[in-house]
Amino acid sequence: MNFLHEVFVWFNDPLNWQGTNGIAHRLLEHLALALAALVIACVIAVPAGLLLGRSRRKGSVAVNVANVGRAIPSFAILALGVIWIGIGYRPALIALVLLALPPIFVFTFTAVRQVDPATVEAARGMGMTEASVLRKVQLPIALPLMLDGIRLSAAAVIATTTLAALVGWGGLGRYIVDGFAVRDFVQVFGGVVLVAGMVLVSEAIFTLLLRFAVSPGIRRQRAPRRRQRRRDRPTAEVVERVVGA
Amino acid sequence: MTPGSVLADEPLVRWDWVGDHLRYIWNLLVQHLELTFIAVGIGFAIAFVLALIALQWRPVYTPVNAVTGIMYAIPSLALFVLLVPITGLTTLTAEIALVSYTLQILFRSIVAGVDGVPDSVRESAAGMGYTRRRQLWTIELPLAVPVIMSGLRVATVTTVGLVPIAGYLGSDQGGLGQLIFTGLNRFFNTPLLVGAVLTVALAVVLDLTIVSVQRALTPWARRRGAES
Repeated sequence: MNFLHEVFVWFNDPLNWQGTNGIAHRLLEHLALALAALVIACVIAVPAGLLLGRSRRKGSVAVNVANVGRAIPSFAILALGVIWIGIGYRPALIALVLLALPPIFVFTFTAVRQVDPATVEAARGMGMTEASVLRKVQLPIALPLMLDGIRLSAAAVIATTTLAALVGWGGLGRYIVDGFAVRDFVQVFGGVVLVAGMVLVSEAIFTLLLRFAVSPGIRRQRAPRRRQRRRDRPTAEVVERVVGA
Repeated sequence: MTPGSVLADEPLVRWDWVGDHLRYIWNLLVQHLELTFIAVGIGFAIAFVLALIALQWRPVYTPVNAVTGIMYAIPSLALFVLLVPITGLTTLTAEIALVSYTLQILFRSIVAGVDGVPDSVRESAAGMGYTRRRQLWTIELPLAVPVIMSGLRVATVTTVGLVPIAGYLGSDQGGLGQLIFTGLNRFFNTPLLVGAVLTVALAVVLDLTIVSVQRALTPWARRRGAES
């Protein structure tokens, strides 16, 4: 309990909240880098996933590439980024974007592909343009699974942003790296609590978004089935099974 | 200030350094593989037992999933560092952290794989007089192999990527990560590049290897895939 008490004291010390190395500043740095990486990854992966998911043929190569892309270690990319552009936030940003891309792409792709072709045909038969088929039919149905992909990426990115401290940048990783350097495990633990807290907040936000993202029609359809099936929420395993390899 | 500007006359790769350290690099590669396989092996054993329990008693699933999920959410760097006061700067520290990262992926994939077996298959097996246990081992688990293998694939490549971070614990840890940390600490590009490139290569090679093993183990899945 003594250790936890010290961590509590660390959080309570107003001095630890102020200045460049203060918790408020480090939290913002961490959030800014993680958010930037996530937004860039979304801007690239969501349109790509939507377009390739709609076309019947071309997609599987891209999904296989993305699946292999999930294998690429962030820390190694970070190291390569340092060689290429030096230390600081830029190599970290590159590594984080590459980390976030594959799940968002694969989930978006799968989400669009999973939409019942009969539904899409019906929409076309009603005279919808391709753009409105995408916007009014495919996107709403695909949205929950897409959000789940972004949720997974967000958690990974927030946790991995700590590595930026290894290449001379800030964020909450500073507490871990600087704390370990002087064997101040109270500070390290404080940093971990903050990062884990940020992951939990992000999970909560996405859970909330998911609740609103399921369009009312689908929610009504699914409601009776929910009692029979154990799993009603799209998960990584669904994607694993659909995408397979 | 980039490493390049500090060492302006330094070439990107000093091949003589690589030549002098071939044996060292090879040993690190082997250590990297050892750390990975031990972690995934132990992780799989634990996850398998947990999954069997969760399949038997459903209520177990949520708490196990939550706890392993929290372990997965702790930044890798932090978990390595936080274990130091307890287990010291040892391989054990690295392995505990690495195993804890594989648990959720493997646990969820095993449960999802068995869950994904169609009810009709289950009913046929029951109708043929299979006991619950025989049904699980001879029908449900084999059919779950594709999903379990994709979990193993993610767990393995994730571990390959996390092993280098353990190099932060000291100069006898982290496989190829040692090269990366040597490079970062000394602003010396050659080991940095060699370590990073080999780590990426290892991850991709293992990934592709597991995919081909998975194909070989589940010929029926490929046939179905070819039809659709």
